[in-house]
Amino acid sequence: MTDALTISKISHAYGKRKALEDVSFLIPQGRFTALLGPNGAGKSTLFSLITRLFDYREGSISLFGQDLGKFPGQALRQLGVVFQQPTLDLDLTVQQNLRYAADLHGLPRRIADPRIERELARMELAPRRGDKARDLNGGHRRRVEIARALIHDPKLLLLDEPTVGLDVPTRKALISQIHELCRQDGLAVLWATHLVDEIDPLHDRLVVLHKGRIWAEGEAAEILAANGGSLGDIFSKLADGEVAA
Amino acid sequence: MSWLICLKGIVWREMLRFFHQRSRLFGALVRPLMWLVVFATGFRAALGVAIAPPYDTYIPYGIYILPGLVGMVQLFNAMQSSLSMVYDREMGSMRALLVSPLPRWYLITCKLVAGIVVSILQSYAFLAVAWAFDDAAPPLGYLTVLPALLANGMMLGALGLLLSSLIRQLENFAGVMNFVVFPLFFLSTALYPIWKIQEGSDILADVCQLNPFTYGVELIRFALYGQFDGLSALVVGVAAAIFLVAAVVGYSPSRGLARLKAT
Repeated sequence: MTDALTISKISHAYGKRKALEDVSFLIPQGRFTALLGPNGAGKSTLFSLITRLFDYREGSISLFGQDLGKFPGQALRQLGVVFQQPTLDLDLTVQQNLRYAADLHGLPRRIADPRIERELARMELAPRRGDKARDLNGGHRRRVEIARALIHDPKLLLLDEPTVGLDVPTRKALISQIHELCRQDGLAVLWATHLVDEIDPLHDRLVVLHKGRIWAEGEAAEILAANGGSLGDIFSKLADGEVAA
Repeated sequence: MSWLICLKGIVWREMLRFFHQRSRLFGALVRPLMWLVVFATGFRAALGVAIAPPYDTYIPYGIYILPGLVGMVQLFNAMQSSLSMVYDREMGSMRALLVSPLPRWYLITCKLVAGIVVSILQSYAFLAVAWAFDDAAPPLGYLTVLPALLANGMMLGALGLLLSSLIRQLENFAGVMNFVVFPLFFLSTALYPIWKIQEGSDILADVCQLNPFTYGVELIRFALYGQFDGLSALVVGVAAAIFLVAAVVGYSPSRGLARLKAT
């Protein structure tokens, strides 16, 4: 089976400052993969390259076997994205935000309308459909963003630190909802985070990014077994610079 | 089909935002009306406007500056759109647009079209209010001016897009008012005919003739009287094309956006 995302030897620099160096990893279909790294590890840059906000000059990125550089439109159709920064239009209602997303993907109304209903129901947002985004709390806004990212039925969902600013119960509910999507819909997920408690060490795959390089990649359980200690211990060493890049 | 749906979505969003922001509509009307009612009334007695095409008789000053003020409405709308693009980029909502699977150039063009639609609505709202103040064009002129509004809106909208791709921070936008909007407006034929400016300064008149906004205003002026000004149409078309191509380059993933992130 083709992998959902294949990243091969990607490097990227802002001027002389290298943000990513020789990064390679893959995301299998239908799996929850956590991208763990301290602040400044290069997670957001990687997301910008995968979503084609920036072009890459070295290496290659493929989504479901399609080269992002050669066929950006086809590749981006497979992709749903939740950015770290809130990207909702606060002056529009929940439903209007979802419709706008459907329009940006060129979905005709007969397809878009049932999908909007489906996502509103799935994210338990139906009673808030007429509320302006600015009237929602942080957790609800995040759910609208996830609903929006799913409106075109992507096969791969990217989430860049989606729980920033949320309280613990909301964070847990969100993580559980995304795991459910993986199990039920076979969605591949790349979840960028710097919070180790968001990773299920028994079931998730893990990619650890440190100073712009891949430090480890594989099943979370295997990485833990190979390095000893807990995810928290490993992350603390990375963040404190006790581990070489 | 999906391209048209995307265009419809972007235009629809821009319209919703425009109608939600009532102060924007109010501001768009009040600014030129202040010029028309206060400024033009004061200058009416002091400034005579000789007969020159497209006018075939002496006209009150209010009638003369009407096309310039329509141009002003479109100019400020373009800058407002540009400001909103910079804000969207800073706040992140621009990303939702840019990850659409459609080509980047097309998305930028859709944003441009959306801005033009809003600017045409504003222009007609202003023309309607000006008509109530007796500063009216011939009735058919309200129809024949539409292509000119479209062309001028495209040129100014593309300039706004270009500026938004060049401006790195929202705080820098104030400079646009000083270094772009005011020179474009005041160094044009919006307020005085070129021969009148020439009486004061040949250099200023030359500068006015190099200003693409001058041609946008003249295009509107002639169109309001059912006439076509070929030179103005050519300059406006070429300027619009140059600004749009530069804006698309500015928003390309390999150039503009990466450069903005780097700083």
